[in-house]
Parts: sequence; structure tokens; C-alpha cells
Amino acid sequence: MKYVDEYRDGDKARDIAAAIAAEVRPDRSYAFMEFCGGHTHAISRYGIEDLLPANVRMIHGPGCPVCVLPIGRIDDAIRLAKRPEVTLCTYADLMRVPASGGLSLMKAKAAGADIRMVYSSLDAIRIAEANPERQVVFFAIGFETTTPPTAVALKAAEAKGLENFSIYCNHVLTPVAMRAILDMPPTPDEPPIAIEGFVGPSHVSTIIGMEPYEVFARDYRKPVVIAGFEPLDVMYAILMLVRQVNEQRAEVENQYIRAVRADGNRVAIDLCDEVFELRDSFEWRGLGAVPKSALKLRDAFAFYDAERRFAIETQPAEDNPACECGAILRGQKKPADCRLFGSVCTPETPTGACMVSSEGACAAHWTYGRFRTRQTGADLRRRA
Amino acid sequence: MSKTFRRKLDLKNGRVDMSHGAGGRAMAELISSIFKDAFGNELLDQGNDQASFPTPAGGRMVMTTDGYVVSPIFFPGGDIGSLAVHGTVNDLAMAGAKPLYLSASYIIEEGFPLGDLKRIAESMGAAAKAAGVTIVTGDTKVVERGKADGVFISTAGVGVVPDGLVLSGDRARPGDKVIVSGSMGDHGVAIMSSRENLTFETEILSDSAALNGLVEAMVAEAGPHLRLMRDPTRGGLAATLNELAHQSGVGFRIVEDRIPIKRQVAAACELLGLDPLNVANEGKLVAVVAPEAADGLVEAMRAHPLGTDAAIIGETVEDDQHFVQMTTGFGGGRIVDWLAGEQLPRIC
Repeated sequence: MKYVDEYRDGDKARDIAAAIAAEVRPDRSYAFMEFCGGHTHAISRYGIEDLLPANVRMIHGPGCPVCVLPIGRIDDAIRLAKRPEVTLCTYADLMRVPASGGLSLMKAKAAGADIRMVYSSLDAIRIAEANPERQVVFFAIGFETTTPPTAVALKAAEAKGLENFSIYCNHVLTPVAMRAILDMPPTPDEPPIAIEGFVGPSHVSTIIGMEPYEVFARDYRKPVVIAGFEPLDVMYAILMLVRQVNEQRAEVENQYIRAVRADGNRVAIDLCDEVFELRDSFEWRGLGAVPKSALKLRDAFAFYDAERRFAIETQPAEDNPACECGAILRGQKKPADCRLFGSVCTPETPTGACMVSSEGACAAHWTYGRFRTRQTGADLRRRA
Repeated sequence: MSKTFRRKLDLKNGRVDMSHGAGGRAMAELISSIFKDAFGNELLDQGNDQASFPTPAGGRMVMTTDGYVVSPIFFPGGDIGSLAVHGTVNDLAMAGAKPLYLSASYIIEEGFPLGDLKRIAESMGAAAKAAGVTIVTGDTKVVERGKADGVFISTAGVGVVPDGLVLSGDRARPGDKVIVSGSMGDHGVAIMSSRENLTFETEILSDSAALNGLVEAMVAEAGPHLRLMRDPTRGGLAATLNELAHQSGVGFRIVEDRIPIKRQVAAACELLGLDPLNVANEGKLVAVVAPEAADGLVEAMRAHPLGTDAAIIGETVEDDQHFVQMTTGFGGGRIVDWLAGEQLPRIC
């Protein structure tokens, strides 16, 4: 497959692995966070850990949109979908996320709610056009990558004069979340995380460019290397991070030059500015309430705002107290540290969202990597 | 298989959701907690796609049944009629049986075009003829508009097994070789490419085909060295190897670079975020064979038109956790797992 296979070449991987092994200093260890779930997925799926020296540790970050969405927002979506006049359109990953009361969108669908899985925000527009008697709500989630398509859908609805279409907006912002992680105070039960650099977002950076990460290099002295989602991209970014650390540099570098421009995608940025504005605060699973970390529709587009159309007031909902998704999303724990992992919490019967999305750290470790942390049946019984 | 289930079905308040039909662990759990409890017997408990039993008149017989709800009904490379023959013939052939007779039961929605029905029946007849089986009994039901989706077909099949041949999912032993008969994922991608809401174009045809001829050639070549065969339909190669690992109480180690996958299939999967190893096949098989017979078997398979891309993709290993592990083309290791939840409903 052209433009893909080149970035999955095993021989080149071994070359980069050899370079990393040669350049890491044996007298110290390295800890980098890959912010994006897409990178977490690539690391697990291609077995990148097997190619890294033992003293290079990757910490999985919170860049999984499904994982960071708090239960209360899923509860809202289920309540919306249960309204007889509503057709809820959602990305498939959200269907199995556990909500309050043992519910999920998939169970609500089985019980009769009209919930459709879509691949694109424009599918929701088509469904609204084809069903003028239904109130079609698009459950919009994701980081800066999926925000422009939501704006495009809104503009399309406006152009078509679609009155039965609205958006339940849950878009969140990457740099704010990265900052929240670095600012997190250590707690008595959770060790502080010593992140020495970031593998920077891939698709998000194609939209926002490089500038929003400068603060991490300048104020926090943390190198950021923006990397593509292919495994060679990740390997090369790790090599670039090792070099920055060894040379005591802290810079924003771009490994993903084939897609990311320094100033990002101006058209997309302007469109999002026109449609969205910052929320004062937004609840993240794992990070809590983070000021100015999410977007809502501007007043000029209030007509398309499902929160206003259906007077949604999000109720706070508690995560399962035994679930370690929070600490895992903060990078303070690994999936296998959670006592639910693999015992009651599996991709079929997830307790926490990190086990649901293919970008979630727990799902990635379970699906691709759990042979590395083998447990016996007795281990599992003991922990459950 | 109970070890893989971590949580009981909620029989009081739970409802069937799409994951219960997706061929993964949720479906296995449904079958185990509802159907096995109700029907439980020694033959069913073997957990194969078919049952094999002695007949009063002597010799062994194999029986299987399968329902077909594929959407769309006509797809690139086949239709629900030919699929209903191939799927059932293949389930018989995987036990090493010579398929003989099929039944055909149609559930038709009010309003379904008669012309389409005729086209399906003719395709079904032609597929049966080509596979050397006879459709000897049938049933027709019509339900009100909206109570079904076009047409659903259910077929049952019987066949006979040559004396002395025992193929069963519990027979893989450490050291055995794992063989696939050709490229993975063609059927699933062909179906996806013809779905309305997925707008991508590909020239991939479904691999839907009757495998009894290929199986005959394999039995002639490797006979008693063959441990088992299974067709990796719903859930793809990944689901099949995981099922077999549990059934045989072993693990598998496979090598990504040896698994044949067509370029277009890989590209379509990339676009849709799917793993070709989870995508359905309808004309491919996985065989586990004693190591000394593996090379000869692959050669014999390659000589058959449905096995030209046959390849040894790995081997059986001891593993009390029954992991299917893969060396990736990138050089690392990973698990090849069952797919959780619904990938694509109504693939067959």
C-alpha cells in the first residue's frame, strides 16, 4: 500500500531501534508521554515496546476522546436518545462506553432508542434530510481533528435550512489537557509522573500547527516531537526525543513534515473560530474540571445547539470507584496496575472507558499486549 | 471456553444487543449460557461448526445448519443464495466430510420482488450443482412488511466422512503447523464496499466459494496428519484461531508477513480502521497439520484453484492462556485477539 507500507518497514524499524539503543545513555532512564490514543494504539499494535531499550519508557496519555468523556455526558446522550422524537447519531466507539445504571448507548439501542452509528458528521446531515419528522442530534466528540468536520456539518445544515438537526458538542482541546497533566500536583497514593518529553499529536497538529506546543518547550522545558501515527513515525520521534534530552534541548520539532505545517490549517482554524467558543470549564475523566479546555457553539449558532434545544443539564456521575481509568489517563498507572483489568473489565464487559476505545490504553494493552503481563487464573481470581 | 468470560449474562433485565451476533466473545457467552444450558449434549459441547456422529447403518455422518441475513442481498462476487450453499457446504467440508444434501428455508418479507427471489433461487441452484450437493427439502414463510429485511435463508446440510478421518477443533498439538488457504478479508471488504453508507470503491469480489473440492485434495495428500480445519468466517482469522486455541488448549504463534492479504483489502481496511484479521471470509480455510506433512500439504493446496495462495503462517505452541501471538511485520510482538463488540452486522 503506497504511502503506508513505507512507514511500517521492519528493516527501517530495526535501523532506528539500533540508533536509539546506541544513543540512550545507560546510566539513566527516559520517560516520554505519547499524548494521543492513536500513538498508543500504534505502539501496541506493532509491538514497538519490543524494539525499545529497557530504559526508555512510554507513558500513555489522555488523548483518547472516548476515554476522557465523563459518564455524565454519556448519560445525557442516552437521555436524549430515549426521547421519542430523537435520532441520535454517534461514532461507533461510543456505543459500548459504560454509563450510569449499567446502561450504554448500545443497550439503549437494544431497548428501542433510535441510535445510528455514523462514520462522518455529514452522514448525520443525510439522515436529517431523509427523516424530516425526526430530531437528528449529532453526538460530537473529539479533539481538534474532529472539530472542523462538526463545523462543516453545522454549516451544511444551515445552508440546507435543516431545522431538525442539532449538535451535542463535546469537543475538547489538546494543549490545555497537556498542560493540565504537567500542572497536576502529586497525591499521596499516586506517584508524580516525570514526563521528560512528549510525542506530540499527529492529526491534531495538522489542524493547529506547531505554535500551541511552544509553551511546553519554553515554560516547562519539555521537548515535543510531533509525530505521524505510523510505527516508524513513532520510533523516529522517540529517537528525536532521546537526542533532545541528551543534548539538554527543549524544542518543538516536527517529525510529521509530510502532513503538519508550522501554522496548521488556516481554513479549518478560522471555521472553528467562527462556529465555536471556549467553555468556562469542562469535566474530563481523569483530569477533573479543566478551565477553558472545551468548546461550545457560539450564540450565533444557538439554534443548532442540542444543549439549548433540549435544555440539557449534565448531572455529575461517579466512575466505578475501583476503576483506575483516571490514574491511567493521567499516566500515573499502567493498565495492568488496575485490579479490574482483565478480571471484570474486558473489551466485552468494560468497566471504564479506557477499555472501550481502540485508542484507550487498557483496550490497547488487552488487545495487543497482555502477553507481556501474563497472569495466571489464580492471579485474576485473587484480584477480582 | 468459560475461562474467557468474566461476567455473567444478565438474564433478568438484559436484552440481546448487536454484539451477541458479532461472532466474538459476547456471542460465545450467549451460546454458552443460553443454548448450551438448554440443549446440552456431548456432540454440541464439542463446539465445532458441525456435529459428526456414527449412523446406525455404519460409517460417520456430519450435520450442520446456518442462517444467512447478509445485507446487501446481492454483493460483488455473490449473493445470499450462493452464500447459503457455500457456507453450509464449507461447514460440512471442515470436518473432512463429503457434503451430500442440503435443505433450504426461506423467510421472505412481504413486498419482496419476485424477480429477485427467482434470481436468488437460481444462483442457489447453480452453486449447489457446482459444489456437487443436492437441495432436497425446503420451507417457505412470508412475514409482514417491516418484520424482516428482504429475505433471510437458512440451510442445513449433511455429509459423510471417510472412514478413519477425524478432524475436530480440539486436536491441535504443540508443534503443529497452521496453514491458510488464501488471502484474508476479501468477503468482508466486498460487503462493506457495497453498503450504502460507506462510500468507497474497490474491485474486490467476495471469495464466497465451496471448499469441498479443495478439502478432498487436502485429505488425499495429508489424510491422518490433518488435525483440524475451520473456515474463518465472521470474526475472521483472529476469531477462528482464538476459538481453536481454547478448544485445543494450546496457543498459536503466527507471523504477520506470511499471511496473504490483497493490497486492495489492506487499503480498504486501513481506510475504515479495521484489522484484516478480523474481517470475514467465505471461501477460505485454516488447517492445522502435523509438521512433517505441512510442506506437502501446502503444495497440494496450491495445485487447486481455491488454494493457489496457500501458506504456512505459523505454528501451535504450548500456552495455558491460549494466546494467539503474532510477530508483526514491524518486528515487534502482539496478540491477535477476538474483536470486541460489533464490527459489521449482517456480513453473512
